[in-house]
Amino acid sequence: MILPYSGAAKGRDQMIDAAIASFRALNPYAAGPMEQFEVLPIVPLTLGNIDVSFTNSSLWMVIGVGLIIAFFFAATSKRALIPGRLQSAAEILHEFVANLVRDTIGHDGKKFFPYVFTLFIFILVANYIGLIPSIPGSAHQFHVFTTTSHIIVTFALALLTIAIVVVYGFAKNGLKFLRLFAPSGLPLWLMPILVPIEVISFLSRPISLGVRLFANMLAGHIILKLFAMFVIMLLGAPAAFKALSIFPFLGSVAIFFLELLVAALQAYVFAILTCIYLSDAAHAADH
Amino acid sequence: MLTSIALFAAETAEAAEKAGLPQLNATSWPSQLFWLALTFGVLYFLMSTYFLPRIGAALEERRDRIADDLDKAAEGRRLAEETEAAYNRSLGEARARANVIAAETRDEVGAEIAGLQKEAEARLAEKSDAAEARISAMRASAATKVRDAATDTTRAIVEALIKESPVDAVVSAAVAKATGKV
Repeated sequence: MILPYSGAAKGRDQMIDAAIASFRALNPYAAGPMEQFEVLPIVPLTLGNIDVSFTNSSLWMVIGVGLIIAFFFAATSKRALIPGRLQSAAEILHEFVANLVRDTIGHDGKKFFPYVFTLFIFILVANYIGLIPSIPGSAHQFHVFTTTSHIIVTFALALLTIAIVVVYGFAKNGLKFLRLFAPSGLPLWLMPILVPIEVISFLSRPISLGVRLFANMLAGHIILKLFAMFVIMLLGAPAAFKALSIFPFLGSVAIFFLELLVAALQAYVFAILTCIYLSDAAHAADH
Repeated sequence: MLTSIALFAAETAEAAEKAGLPQLNATSWPSQLFWLALTFGVLYFLMSTYFLPRIGAALEERRDRIADDLDKAAEGRRLAEETEAAYNRSLGEARARANVIAAETRDEVGAEIAGLQKEAEARLAEKSDAAEARISAMRASAATKVRDAATDTTRAIVEALIKESPVDAVVSAAVAKATGKV
């Protein structure tokens, strides 16, 4: 187990260490709120001189994608005229994303449908996997890991979306794509003010898109962990306080339900913003 | 105790901050990006080339089938309506024909009845005429017989009174005078 606090050793830090030590004595699997985000190698790998080790993050990406593939494989194996439960679920997902793409992008959206669908299902499953409790006693690198709680992952997905927007925008509209930054019907004297604003807002899109998902996952998991820590601390306190542990416990249950909502909502938000940005690229020349 | 718990929480958060977000530890980034690209790429490939077309095809097939069935239902309905119209038409025709036949039959029967009635009336008239003739004949013969009897009686009375046989013509005249014209 990796102990992120082991370096601290003076005064107040000692007190913290002591608290954590007593905390660990109560529950050997209890950890600080940040340990759940640590990336730990399982199988060390290098590609050239780049470290591409198979980590716990990779493990849960593979599990997530594996679950998605298994689900769709089972759901589409029969292709019945009257769908079964699995096929219905797959069809509802298909229709949901197809409607989203059609309503936001319009006719041009068809070619982006597989991308938006993959993005949506990938994020949705990653978010939900993160809410599954770990097996007690399992090694740290096999704890359940939320791949979307890492900014590099969400930012990469956001950057991929924006890259598609830019490439498709120029390919479809040519230089007219730049009209995105200069809406028509605007008085000329406003241009020097508005164009930089539009440029900045465009450039901030990948950041806001990536940070939104990352921050939601990070905050939700930290809060869950903190509530759980309070439960354990109160249980370790004198008898009078043991009963109080019900409150953080109920709190963690409530937060868990909230997180169930947030997990789906953030996947949806990511998908719909991707659609809106792609729609801008598709219709830039009409601005 | 509660304040110490709050303190502990604050300290823990602070310690976490000091340790830094594992997310900002750039050494794990290449690996995360590599595996993201791999898993996301595989998922995208399978989705775009296999799963989504299959689901789309199944949905399309069902939509076509439903449209087909609706068309068939509309066709069936149209046929049913046509049949009903034809049935109503033939029902009307039959009713009209029945009315015509009834009227014709009524007229025929009426005529027949009238003929029979006339015949019967004629026969009755004939019979009553014959009866009347017989009655008047009988009445005439009865009158003649009465007159003859009167004549005979008159003659007998006259013979008895005057012992003289009167001439028939005179007696007859006297009888006729007495009885009035017959």
